[in-house]
Amino acid sequence: MIPEIGHFALILALLLAISQAFFGLAGAARRHAGWMAAGRSAVVGQFVFTALAFGALTYAFVQKDFSVLYVATNSNSELPLFYRVAATWGGHEGSLLLWALSLAGWSVAVTALSASLDAPFRARVIGILGLISIGFLLFMLTTSNPFDRLVPAAADGNDLNPLLQDFALAVHPPILYLGYVGFAVAFAFACATLLEGRLDAAWAKWTRPWTLAAWMFLTVGIALGSWWAYYELGWGGWWFWDPVENASFMPWLAGTALIHSLAVTEKRGLFKSWTLLLAVTAFSLSLLGTFLVRSGVLISVHAFATDPARGIFILGFLTAVIGGALVLYAWRAPGLKSAAGFEITSRESFLLFNNALLVAALGLILLGTLYPLFMDALELGKISVGPPYFELVFLVPMLPLLALLGVGMHAAWKRGLLQSKRRRLMAVAGASLALAVVVGAAAYGALRPLTTIGLALALWVMGASLLELVQRLRGRQGLPGAVLGMVIAHFGLGLATLGVTGVQSFKIEKDVALGVGDAATIAGYEFRLAAMRDVRGPNYIGVEADVLVSRDGRAVTTLKPQKRLYNSGGNPMTEAGIEVGAARDLFAALGDDLGQGRWSLRLQYKPLIRYIWLGALLIALGGGIAALDRRYRRRAEASEPAMVATADASG
Amino acid sequence: MTPRRKRLLAVIAIVAGVGSAVALAMFAFEDNLLYFYNPTQVMAGEAPAGRTFRIGGVVTRGSVQRADGSLKVRFVVTDYQKSIPVSYEGLLPDLFREGQGVIAHGRLTESGEFVADEVLAKHDENYMPPEVADSLHPPPPEPAG
Amino acid sequence: MKLPLRFLLPAVAFAALVGFFIVGLQKDPGEIRSPLIGKPAPAFSLESLGDPAWRVGSADFAGRPWLLNVWATWCGGCREEHQTLLAIARENRLPMMGLNWRDDRNLALRWLEQLGNPYVAVAYDPEGRTAIDWGVYGAPETFLIGADGRVLQKQIGPITPEIWQRDFVPHLQAAGGEG
Repeated sequence: MIPEIGHFALILALLLAISQAFFGLAGAARRHAGWMAAGRSAVVGQFVFTALAFGALTYAFVQKDFSVLYVATNSNSELPLFYRVAATWGGHEGSLLLWALSLAGWSVAVTALSASLDAPFRARVIGILGLISIGFLLFMLTTSNPFDRLVPAAADGNDLNPLLQDFALAVHPPILYLGYVGFAVAFAFACATLLEGRLDAAWAKWTRPWTLAAWMFLTVGIALGSWWAYYELGWGGWWFWDPVENASFMPWLAGTALIHSLAVTEKRGLFKSWTLLLAVTAFSLSLLGTFLVRSGVLISVHAFATDPARGIFILGFLTAVIGGALVLYAWRAPGLKSAAGFEITSRESFLLFNNALLVAALGLILLGTLYPLFMDALELGKISVGPPYFELVFLVPMLPLLALLGVGMHAAWKRGLLQSKRRRLMAVAGASLALAVVVGAAAYGALRPLTTIGLALALWVMGASLLELVQRLRGRQGLPGAVLGMVIAHFGLGLATLGVTGVQSFKIEKDVALGVGDAATIAGYEFRLAAMRDVRGPNYIGVEADVLVSRDGRAVTTLKPQKRLYNSGGNPMTEAGIEVGAARDLFAALGDDLGQGRWSLRLQYKPLIRYIWLGALLIALGGGIAALDRRYRRRAEASEPAMVATADASG
Repeated sequence: MTPRRKRLLAVIAIVAGVGSAVALAMFAFEDNLLYFYNPTQVMAGEAPAGRTFRIGGVVTRGSVQRADGSLKVRFVVTDYQKSIPVSYEGLLPDLFREGQGVIAHGRLTESGEFVADEVLAKHDENYMPPEVADSLHPPPPEPAG
Repeated sequence: MKLPLRFLLPAVAFAALVGFFIVGLQKDPGEIRSPLIGKPAPAFSLESLGDPAWRVGSADFAGRPWLLNVWATWCGGCREEHQTLLAIARENRLPMMGLNWRDDRNLALRWLEQLGNPYVAVAYDPEGRTAIDWGVYGAPETFLIGADGRVLQKQIGPITPEIWQRDFVPHLQAAGGEG
């Protein structure tokens, strides 16, 4: 009964999305107040019914209703409650419903908080969001209905993939989707601007907080995924340049470029057409990511569905949405001209470099992700592009980006960098370099060029961020949300860079074969296999090892890596034993029984790795604080291109 | 700077930027484009000697051998037409199993054995890498006459 | 309305990308699978492998579920899955027809003699026309056809007991079908 209600709710949501799109766009075109209002109501209705459908599906999972095909394939009677709920978005159909719900949620939020926009513009934004909603709801109802019944009902379900029975991975999709999908708001604003042929830059001011919010969620989502991969996939890696990871990273890069470009457009009315293109690109990459994951065109751990009937639908949808937006761009953008000039060491200039470098990195990553597809389509062989490619093409633009970041933060709009600032920045730069050399040589006994550069850049960015903070507080200039957010986010980036440099430069990994009582040493830490035992969990059995870790004879910790066999069958799963420290992680994963009483283990020493995720969280925090800047919440200005700014030289 | 010079500068910058990006990509691709071969292709000499490539197929049942107590392991990869022995030292991924699809990354030695530096089973147990699936299910051979 | 070329560039680049995706999708084996699943199985009538005077075809099992297994002696995977096919035949739940594809009649007959015959009947398709109708592009492939004549499931590559249990048996239970 409930699944049928859910199905019906989905149909109603689709009808409301259609109304939303129609009344929004037609209402704006005809300047019909009643229709535009109807569009706004339709948004609320669409959200309500999508949420109802989502609730119905979750209920089916919680109630273990195995007469629903999707529930039977993704859940099991032994699955604990929390994971039964999380299983709702554990497969293709459910995750699509989550997409639709996120989109409906963002749409409602935009509708509610945009009362001071002029009505036709607002209606167009709502209408465009409606068009996108139609696509997802239609996709579900025609090819991926989560409410399909299984007749006769299964006695028990397949299990949820044991890999997914984890807290981080349970919350990772909702947060990630909020990010991905949130870029639709920027997209809708951009398309509405293009549709109206607007020449001013007011839309930039409106778009910025929404983009910051979406970007914040995406940052957290990606960080969660990376953290999860580190401790769950068992082998200590935290980023694999896997097509699905790239599918979330590319929108993030575009989003980062976008928030910076929006600053220029908002402040000085420059880069208008470029920013519009970026807004379209960021969401297009989100949609592209969806296609790559669901159509089976590229291979990856997460590929939900290898049924290209679905792929064909998504491709059609992509073509309509992205193709439509790009044609709109080609039509309208030539009319947008910016006349203002700026110095080469002005803030605008640095933000331009920022965008150029980010887009270069983005383009090269996109190329690497799609290259196998091109090669296969042209019958040139089945290839895969390895991580070293991605590492190189990401690193090369990032090094100058980090270097320029430190300076750019302090640059003023329009004019060049002040002499007084130059001196202070040089001091920070010098200190960073010196500290990097010291830390590299003293703490880790290594003085490799790339490592030193990485450490120096990380410290440089952190130092430059703190310098800005200190200067503002001292100068009593006031710290608007946007500036505080910027400082925190940039500091977080520096911290993450520190983590990445540390781990990539100084990590040590060793595969060993140990019997009980044997030990192996890495980085001065001795790992001794003290005991092996059998263990049992709610839906699994397994073995566990006691690995005593000591340094200079003093005990540090006991790691307890496990190897589990889930009742639902299938391959064994590794649960790594990890000891978290301020300066390093110690990591042990259990391999196989090698016979003769010996087991294989992978032991790892991972210096500074925690700072990667801590840095990412700070980046997200910075974005959130910036999104809540007071001036976005002021309702007054709706169509002024330049901000009525306080005496701040920043954006 | 006149608008014309600015535009010229912009064009040069773009060309330079795109050019260096392409050059970088080409350079980075060189050793990081990994070609896939199935055992039949390897036996036919299609796989490059001395360069890393990927080989994939099904792990022949009963072929996994461990030197007792050590990390060294041997197994055979087959596409049901031809088989290639593979040797590897290290931890095998959880998803590695006899009778299941696998992809290994490494080189072919002169003795015809594939020495793997990585064994990939980055999929769940219900999923066969498409390259492997394709090679297990070939089209008919062309008639000789 | 003037349209400076550079503004069209993103749209053109995207169009090229879509072109590649279309080709990519068509190359994906599944693309051939999905149009057939849920659709009526293509009708055919061919000479039986053993006796050319005898004809076998899709009409022989009208009204009940049946299996079609595409095989050939040049196909290593077919030899691999043969034991599983024999086991499925022994279960006696539904009839299995073989489609001998682009093969030599004598070799095929000898193969069945040596390895055992799981098939109720074998259709001989030396030209491969019937295989084309069924979207077959490699061997082995196995199809489950429902009592209403629609294709319910397709296996590309050798079938294993696990695949049989996981992908085929649930359809038999749902259809309530024991031949």
